[in-house]
Parts: sequence; C-alpha cells; structure tokens
Amino acid sequence: MTEHVAPLLAVEGLTMRFGGLTAVDDVGFAARAGEITAVIGPNGAGKTTVFNCITGFYRPTGGRLWLTRADGTRIALERLGGERVASRARVARTFQNIRLFAGMTVLENLLVAQHNRLMAASGFGLLALLGTGSYRAAERAAIERARLWLDRIGLIERADDPAGALPYGAQRRLEIARAMCTEPVLLCLDEPAAGLNPRETEALAALLHDIRAAGCSLLLIEHDMGLVMRISDHIIVLDHGRKISDGTPAAVRTDPAVISAYLGEDDEDEVESGA
Amino acid sequence: MAYALQQLINGVTLGMIYGLIAVGYTMVYGIIGMINFAHGDVFMIGAFVSLVSLLGLAALGISAVPLALGLTLLGAVAISALYGWAIERLAYRPLRGSFRLAPLISAIGMSIALENYVQVVQGARVKPLAPVVPGGLTLMTEGSFAVQLGWMQVVIVVVTLAVLALFTWLVTKTPLGRAMRACEQDLKMAALLGIDTDRTISLTFVIGAALAAVAGLLFLLYYGSIDFYVGFIAGVKAFTAAVLGGVGSLPGAVLGGLLIGLIETIWSAYFSVQYKDVAAFSILAVALIFMPTGLLGRADVEKV
Amino acid sequence: MKALREAALSALVALGLFAPIVGLRTVPGERGLMLAPQPGLVAVLVGLVFVGRLGVHAYDRLRPPPGRAIVGPRLAAATARLGAWLAPALIALALIWPALVGRYYVDLAILVLTYVMLGWGLNIVVGLAGLLDLGYVAFYAVGAYAYALIAEFTGLGFWTCLPMAGLLAALWGVTLGFPVLRLRGDYLAIVTLAFGEIIRVVLLNWVSLTGGPNGISGIPRPTLFGLRFGSDGPGSFAGFFHLTSSPMQRIVFLYYVILGLAFFTNLVSLRLRRLPLGRAWEALREDEIACRSLGINITRTKLTAFAVGALFGGFAGAFFATRQGFVSPESFTFMESATVLAIVVLGGLGSQLGVALAAIVMIGGAELFREFADYRMLVFGLALVVMMVLRPRGLVSTRTPSVALGAPRVIGAEMVAQGRG
Repeated sequence: MTEHVAPLLAVEGLTMRFGGLTAVDDVGFAARAGEITAVIGPNGAGKTTVFNCITGFYRPTGGRLWLTRADGTRIALERLGGERVASRARVARTFQNIRLFAGMTVLENLLVAQHNRLMAASGFGLLALLGTGSYRAAERAAIERARLWLDRIGLIERADDPAGALPYGAQRRLEIARAMCTEPVLLCLDEPAAGLNPRETEALAALLHDIRAAGCSLLLIEHDMGLVMRISDHIIVLDHGRKISDGTPAAVRTDPAVISAYLGEDDEDEVESGA
Repeated sequence: MAYALQQLINGVTLGMIYGLIAVGYTMVYGIIGMINFAHGDVFMIGAFVSLVSLLGLAALGISAVPLALGLTLLGAVAISALYGWAIERLAYRPLRGSFRLAPLISAIGMSIALENYVQVVQGARVKPLAPVVPGGLTLMTEGSFAVQLGWMQVVIVVVTLAVLALFTWLVTKTPLGRAMRACEQDLKMAALLGIDTDRTISLTFVIGAALAAVAGLLFLLYYGSIDFYVGFIAGVKAFTAAVLGGVGSLPGAVLGGLLIGLIETIWSAYFSVQYKDVAAFSILAVALIFMPTGLLGRADVEKV
Repeated sequence: MKALREAALSALVALGLFAPIVGLRTVPGERGLMLAPQPGLVAVLVGLVFVGRLGVHAYDRLRPPPGRAIVGPRLAAATARLGAWLAPALIALALIWPALVGRYYVDLAILVLTYVMLGWGLNIVVGLAGLLDLGYVAFYAVGAYAYALIAEFTGLGFWTCLPMAGLLAALWGVTLGFPVLRLRGDYLAIVTLAFGEIIRVVLLNWVSLTGGPNGISGIPRPTLFGLRFGSDGPGSFAGFFHLTSSPMQRIVFLYYVILGLAFFTNLVSLRLRRLPLGRAWEALREDEIACRSLGINITRTKLTAFAVGALFGGFAGAFFATRQGFVSPESFTFMESATVLAIVVLGGLGSQLGVALAAIVMIGGAELFREFADYRMLVFGLALVVMMVLRPRGLVSTRTPSVALGAPRVIGAEMVAQGRG
C-alpha cells in the first residue's frame, strides 16, 4: 500500500463458508475514497457473497472489514452486521435482482430510504402524530431530496406511479437513487448494468460518475467489461472464491491469471473448490 | 422409574397419532406452501367415519375384531381421502397462484364449516365407544405401580409404523412419489417437465387425508370418545409437530409428533394436566426461536 | 351431455361424502351408541349437489369467457370510486344510527363496531406490516381482563382503566413480539396462534385471579363525566338531565363510546400511514431485505406494528368487558382471531373502508342467521370459502399512496405485496 491515507474500505482475509462449501477464501482488498472500485470474475466466483458480507447480510466466517470514517475512526463492519451497516457505517447497496417496494410509489420508495432521519425528526412517531411543525419541515426536506434524485435519474414525471410499473432500466436507476437517499459514504452496486440496453448503460455510467463526483465512493460488481474498464479506477478479480488479480484496469486487462480464468485455461483448482 | 416408563409408553403412543397427522400438514406445506387449516378436521372426519363404521359393523354382527378394524380402516381412509380431495378441489384449487392469505382464509373457513357440519349432522355431544381392544401386558411392577402396555397401544404403534413404511415406499420408490418430490422442489419447473401438477397436488391431499384418517381411527380407539372439536386441538398440535420437526421434512414430522406426544404426556404426569397445551406450545415457541428451521428442516440461507 | 356426466360424478362424490357422516347419525342407545339411518337427508343433499353442479355449468356457459373467479381491475377501480362517497355516507349513517333504529339494531351496531375496531387494529399488523398474526384475540383478552381486574382491585372508573388496559395489551404485544418477530411467515402465524391459545388456557386455569371458567362478573359500567347510567337520582345521567332513566340511554351511550374508539383507531391508523413509521411498515411488507439495506431496524419496526395493533385490540377488549359487565375465557377462542383476520382479508389488506364493510357484511350477516343457530357457523365457514374464491384480494384491494407530488393515484392490487412475515 503506497498511500498514507487509510482506504475507505479495507477487506482483510475475508472468508465465508456455507457448510462444506467455501464461497470466499481469504480475500483481501481495499477500496479508496473517491474512487470507483470494481469486483469482477466469472459466475460463481464469490462476488455477491463478498458484497453480502460487506453490507451486513452475511456474517463472515473469518476476516475483518474495516471502514474508515471521515474523522479517521475505523468501524469493523463484520461486527456491526444487519441494518446497522447501512444506518451507522453509511454503506448502501443495490441488488442483483432489483428489490424495490413494488406496490409503493417511486416517491415513497425514496422517502422510505430516508426513514431513520425522518423518524428522528418525527420524535419516533409520537410528536408527528400530534402534528408538530418540525416534522413537517423535515418531511418537506426529504421530499425535496427525493425530487432532486428523481430529476437526476429522469423519473420526476413518474414520481406517483408504483415502482413495480416502471420499465426495467428505470427500476435499476430508481434503486440506485433510493440507495443514495440514505446519504452513503460507500455505495455497493451488484450488477447495475445487467439487462440494460447500450443507451441506458451509457446513462448509468454518467450517473455513477456524478455520484463519485459528489463525494460518494463506489464498489461495484459488473459483468459488462466495457463499462468496468471505462469507469473503474481500480479492479479486483475473483475466481473460485480467491483473489487472482488486483490493480488498474490496464494492469488487470493484461494479467495472465485473469485471462486464463476468463478463458478457462489451466483450470487446475476447479475440482478442489468445486464452486 | 416405573412411572417414567409408563409415561414414555403413553407418550410414544400419542406421539404416533400426532405424527400421522403432522405428515399431512408437512406434505401440503412442502408442495404448495400453505397451512392446510382444515387438515385437523379431516382427521376428525376420519374418527367419525371410524365410529360409524365400528358401530355399523357391530350392528351387522361382524364381531371379529381384526376384521372389523381392517374394514373400518379401509372405510375411514377411503371416505376421508374423498373429503381431502373434495376440499382441495373446492376450496384451494380455485385459489392456486392467488395471494398468500386467500388460501389460508379459505382453509380456515373450510375448517369452521367442517366442524359445524359434523356438529349439525352428528350432534354436539361427546361420542363414547366401548374399548375395542381391551387388556394388555404388565411389563413390570414397582411397589404398587404396574407398568401397563395396553394391546391397544401395541395396535397403534404397529399400525402407525406399517402405514408410515407404506407411505415412505410410496414417496421414495414410486413415480407418484417422484412427482410429488419434484413439485415440492419447484412447482413451475415440474409442470414444464410434463408433470400433471394439479393431479399431484390432489393426490397429496388424498394421501395426507388418508394418513389423518388412520390417525382418527387410532385416536378413537385410544381415547374411546370423540366430538366434533377434536380436530382443532389435535390439528394445532400436529401442526406444531410439523413445525418442530422442520416443515417440509417427512421424518421430521414424525419425530416432531413423537416429541409433542412425549412432552404433553410427561408434562401432564409430572406438572399439571390443565397446562399441558401450554407446555406443548411454549416448547414450540422456544424451539423455533433457537432453531428457526425446526429439527430436520433444511437450513435455508437467505437469498439476497 | 358433458354437464350431465359431470353432475352425476359430483353427485356420486357427494354420496360418498355424505352417506357415512350424514346418513348414519350416532344416537345414544340402550347399550352405548346406536346408528340412526337418515337416507332421506342424504338423498336431498346429493340431489342438491347434482342440481347445483348443473347450475354452475350453465352459469359458466352463459358468462363471457374471461375472468373466471377473479374479478378484474375494472371493478376494483369502481369500488375505489365508490369509496369516495361511501365512506362519508357510512360515517354520517353511523353518527345518526341510534336515532333511526330500535334497541336491537343499536346493540347489533355496537357488536359490528367492536369488530370494525378489532379489524382496524389487526389491519395495522397484517395489512400494513404484512405480519400474519393468528392470535390477535390474545390482545383482546388481555385488554378485557386487564380492565376487569384493574377496575376490581383499584375501583378506578372506565376512562382511567381504558388506557391502562390498552397499554398492558401493547406491553404483551412487545413481550410476545420480541422473541417471535424474528420468525418468518407461517412460523410466526403458528406461534401467534399458540400464544392465543396459551392465554386462553391460562385464563381458564388461573382460577384465583381470573375466576377460571366462571370468569369475572360485576365489571363497572362506563360513566359520562362521572354520570352513571341505568339509575335515577343525583349522580346519574338521568337525574342530571332530568330524564326518566331507561336502559336505552346506556346502550346509546355505549354505542357512541365504541364509535368514538373506532374513529380514534381509524384516525391514528391513517395518520401513522403517512408518517415514516407507517411507511416503513408498508416497506417491510413489500421487501424486508431491501428495508435492511436502507438501515431500517426490522425488529423494532415490526415490534411497533405489533404494539400498536395490540393497543387497539386492548382498547376493544376493555370496551367488550365494560359492555358485557362480564368476561370469561369462552369469549376469546381462536374463532375470534379467525373472524377478525377474515374481516381484514375480506375487506382488503390495508384498506380502512374495506375492513369496515367486511365487518358489516360478516357480523351483520352472521346475525341474520341467528335463528338458525346450529347452521350459523356452518354457513359462516362456507361463506368464507366462497368469498375468497370469488374475491381473493378482498373488497377494496387498491392501495392509496401515502404521499404524492401530484394528484395521488390508486395502485392496483397486482402490484402490492402481502408480506412474508
């Protein structure tokens, strides 16, 4: 590590076993603040499992996940677990198969994302039940923030439509906007370009650049190599649960280990890990 | 020691009956993911058909106990299976693929209807039946306490084991069993592969009802009295057993049934009879909190 | 021809179903039970099935092909429009009801309103938060017994005891909810059912406190700012307003008490739906995992839904106790839980108007069958099945957004989830 500043997210020796199956085996990498870090690898490489560990959905079998806050203090994400990864450490995420609140409107989706802030403003429901003004101001601010994001993702016209009625590409964008409404320091995207057409992918790339420019770092899993090579500052390659390469897009592209993993040459440890 | 042994015998007997009912719950839950609330009432119907049959055979002068029991068993199984089939056809099939709560409410409605139907046509009073298989074996005596193994209990255990063996063969070795297991894994995929899912689901209800009918007969013989309400309590306990064993697991259902039977018997013997249901339910709650998938249930890793 | 064959087959099945159970009635004889054959009754039933099957067949042929069993979204939209004037009309009718009808119907309305209130309370748990609670009666029971016992031991009046009873029920909700809310779907359902039964068994057997099967009697009646009902003289309602005391006064007063409580429940529910807490409940119903990813504390959110639902169940219980003047475990069976849940599901999950309509239809309907006491529950059970088959999503199945930038539009039922918890 040549940087003297601690990385935003440091993954150390991350291991995740399900029964006898080792999905992630001693993986370590860092995601630096202000960068777009991509995790790539063939299907079954353990990418989503790494994500689930980072975002508190799985409790890792071993390893540490350090998140460094703006004030320099570090949080161990694996100890936090559950929803506190989002609420305390401010790590947000999206899902491979979109998980919107389909029966709620686009606007409601973005307001639910601001739940914790609004709850505090509403005196945990009690004050607002009596209809105090401070809550109303907070709600107005929340709607304003939602409106801002809807403008950015081009869905302001559809704010009052149920999220489930949106076309696929719009649902992907809405999920990202919803995650951003939690005001994260790190946004984890699980295959954000999956199922998008080239034009939508282009718009996605622009959106991700905007998000980075606004000060939120990104960690993404993606299969669209064109997109990954173009927007990433840093790439980690996983195969069979292990890290096989780590570097800039240019370095990773020419790494023989990566080429063989993708082309399936020389696959000697397939039998042993059997993922 | 002797007292404990006696409770063990009683508990296992009762547990066998619960286990038979629990299998029906677990099969239906495994395939279409609904709590078949009316299943306990099919058990009650089975008990009533058994009662009618035993009385009828006695009136006809068929007094050989094995023959009477055999005919009753066949009759109860056939009629209850028909009930199981009809219930699925009328109350559940139209709701297939519907919203999650609709079949549940329909099942609750069916349960209420069946209970009151039997109450109307057979009367609300408790129906007593003289012991069909009296006598037993004294296993050991300790002071003034004698451990009894009733012939009735032997019949229950033997019949249950025989029925379960037949059932296991059906599920593991026959094309029907294979179809059922395929539907349990993935209903849509099974349909794509050419399995007649409607028929398979119907047969699942029929088989579940048949097992419940066997349980109904055994329950009637064991307790010597039934009423229209026996299905609810036994049904809830059997469902508890299914959950305790791990919903979807057939051996789990039997194991869960045995556990519930034992817990209930031992609690009644050593603590208080009034609170025996509380004991069974509390243990269910505790077990679920610490083992959310039951004893033999598949550990299900949450898909994210 | 096909119709005839099918009808004959149905009749054959019916014969199998009815012959042993209906055809051979067990009656007490000289030596144990005897069988009394009833071939006539079986013949009638089998005949009915035959004719009925033919009827269904004819109906199917007459009807335009699409939309078997499930009513289309067009009707749902129509219901929603209907709601715009139906709700105010119902409220107006409710306010003047006692002036329009006699004692029997006011009494019936009190019963219906009690179920409306229970339905609205459970609606928070099942309809909004998507948590399947099969033991809601437990909170009703806790509320009723809490009121009865507090009033008995402290001598405090109805209006002081009411909030205490509600809070106790809510406390029970939290105590129960804390361990079980981690369970998913049907596990939660069965544990809540078990809890409902446990409460009943305890009430039945803890004789020193609850009076066991005999229950508690002599529960104090509610007063109007300290004015008693049902007697003359100073300190009584009749005395204060210089009226002749009549039992009707108390009934009308009780009517307005439960109407007020129901309105209160409705108001709080509607308000909560527009607050972050209510939105989080609905989000939980839609997708629990997504909620977790947004930093929402699942357990706490579920717990609040449970507690608020229990609170209203407790209020309804306290009202039940004061209305009857008597409580016993008999009133708190699983049937009550099932009835309230059926009201919520039939009404349409999450819909306040739907729940009110369902309560009127079901409780009022059941009352119409009172004369056929034996057949009442039989018909009730069959009606549940039929209603679910015809309208699986309930009477009012659309969802109104809690907030909107423009004019709010209702959301069709096919979008809205029912929750897994």
